[in-house]
Amino acid sequence: MTVQDAAVPQTEVQDYRNNSLLFLTFRRLFRQRNAQVGMVILGFLVLVAIFAPALAPYDPDRSLIGIEPVEKRAGPCIHALGCPSDQPQHIMGVDGNVRDQYSRIIYGTRISLFIGFSTIGLAVVVGTLIGAVSGYVGGWVDNVIMRFMDVILAFPSFLLAIAIITVLGRGLQNALYAIAVVNIPVFARLVRSSVLSIKELEFVAASRSLGASPLRILFVRILPNAIPTLIVQATLSIGAAILEAAALSFLGLGAQPPLAEWGTMLGSERNQVFTSPHLVFFPGIAIMITVLAFNLLGDGFRDAMDPRLAQLTKR
Amino acid sequence: MTAKTKTKRSKAQTSGSHGKGKAPLLEVQNLKTYFYTDDGVLTAVDGVDFQVAEGEVFGLVGESGCGKSVTSLSIMRLVDPPGEIVDGRILLQGEDLLAKKLAEMTRVRGRQISMIFQQPKSSLNPVFTIAEQIIEVFKIHENISDEEAKASAIELLRRVGIPDPERKANAYPHELSGGQAQRVMIAMALALRPKLLIADEPTTALDATIQAQILDLMQDLRDATDTAVILITHDLGVIAELADRVAVMYAGKIVEESDTITLFDRPLHPYTQGLMGSIPVLGEAKERLEVIPGNVPSLINLKPGCRFASRCAARQEYGLEICERVEPDLIEMEAGHKVRCWLYQEYEGHTPPLRKGGGR
Repeated sequence: MTVQDAAVPQTEVQDYRNNSLLFLTFRRLFRQRNAQVGMVILGFLVLVAIFAPALAPYDPDRSLIGIEPVEKRAGPCIHALGCPSDQPQHIMGVDGNVRDQYSRIIYGTRISLFIGFSTIGLAVVVGTLIGAVSGYVGGWVDNVIMRFMDVILAFPSFLLAIAIITVLGRGLQNALYAIAVVNIPVFARLVRSSVLSIKELEFVAASRSLGASPLRILFVRILPNAIPTLIVQATLSIGAAILEAAALSFLGLGAQPPLAEWGTMLGSERNQVFTSPHLVFFPGIAIMITVLAFNLLGDGFRDAMDPRLAQLTKR
Repeated sequence: MTAKTKTKRSKAQTSGSHGKGKAPLLEVQNLKTYFYTDDGVLTAVDGVDFQVAEGEVFGLVGESGCGKSVTSLSIMRLVDPPGEIVDGRILLQGEDLLAKKLAEMTRVRGRQISMIFQQPKSSLNPVFTIAEQIIEVFKIHENISDEEAKASAIELLRRVGIPDPERKANAYPHELSGGQAQRVMIAMALALRPKLLIADEPTTALDATIQAQILDLMQDLRDATDTAVILITHDLGVIAELADRVAVMYAGKIVEESDTITLFDRPLHPYTQGLMGSIPVLGEAKERLEVIPGNVPSLINLKPGCRFASRCAARQEYGLEICERVEPDLIEMEAGHKVRCWLYQEYEGHTPPLRKGGGR
């Protein structure tokens, strides 16, 4: 039997697709000035990374000694800006090993984005699992896990990363692991606190009363509700991770020469700051722009997910 | 609409005998659920017995904190620490739910017993469409294809009176009104045709007109599916509308139990009488509504004796002193009408003032 008499009169014809909270959040995100700037820069960087072989005029790792008549650490030579056309063009100059700096910066984009996404990706997955179990199970399990996370957090993260590399050995891959490990507690704590608050909500009790198993409730019902905060934290953390990786590489612990990594480039030319400033200036700028893009985007996400703002900009 | 509600209401009363003559579907025996807090043991439910017959609407009434919600959560075995079911039996068709393993209990929930909650909007998961949430209920319990589940979900939405269910199925909870959300909750709860539905204050968070609609809907669905309902509420109006039998709870115990009409006609327990007196009656001019003075006592470190004694007007009127020493039993005054009060029960050295030779 049907109960049509009780039907609420329909006032407007609505299409309900594309009205998920995530969709609405993204729509707000696209309206945020900060986020727009961040997304444009990031989009540009991603394109640069993808099309690096087409954009870079030289092999980033190959020395030009004996191939071109350029001096070591020669300054930028741009034909359009009056550099004699009989000299080869190097937009950002040439480094101490006579490699084209511009090509190296371009390829460096690939490495930095890879570092950012892979480290935080790993940290998010592991941290989420740990935090979710910890928050949902509670009791002594929660206590043990969280105290362990506290121990990790008690170290200054950069020192801990250095310590991990000391154990694992230097190199880009180990630096990635180190940065991931350092970031795990951040996500574990974040997810745990989300799970703790979400599991008290009524829809969780409703799910339980309908016969959902605990695993299902945790991973299918609760965790999707924690995704917004995760996205904010992950975006901001990617910027920080790129910075940390660059710093490790600067110290010679991360990416090893001749790999075109911005931090490594900075580190290997740090003594030439006064004589050849372009060799530290351009990698530094590249790092700054990348980190800035992620921070702007992260801030934009945070604002877009703020429920108070959500009310203001809805529809 | 008013005429319609009237017919419904008379139907509710004729179905007052609905539950009689059938075997009990649910039997709760001596249920005790305690909460072990830092301040001491809180006896939220302290020895509750009742039966619900198939197809019956059983009302559980009481003010906030009297243990009615904990009773329902105990039946579902959804009491979380520090709460614990310490004693009793909950028999669903003769099977003791408290003896079941957790995994078995998970299969009982949703399929045999389900529940709807007070806050319909927060009872739905905000990140999934309502169709996805109903489909999940099918998926948990049955091997069923996505298309079938989707079709059943839309059919259910139609049955609970959601307009344009095909499209509304793709809506997210924040796009529904409170009444619609409660309809969706009812649809989910009844998806697998459970034998028992526990409705924990299903209309409290809704405004008055929507309340009436939801009550009508529950009445209709009950008549159509023969699902028994435990209706938990503090609203005696809702009880009058829907329930066949009623138990009044006070401070973790049932103090009076009878069929609805008898309870409203001849409430025996002073607490029930107080509740009745606090309802405004249309057409009856009163300066003030009666109130029951005081609050529900703290359920930690209860004093011996009747739990209502400190607020009881009848105790003072009759000058009973036993009330503060010994707790009365739930005795049957007449067929199907039980009460827990010293006004009616005999005890060594105590003669009940209202019933000569009381007791059994």
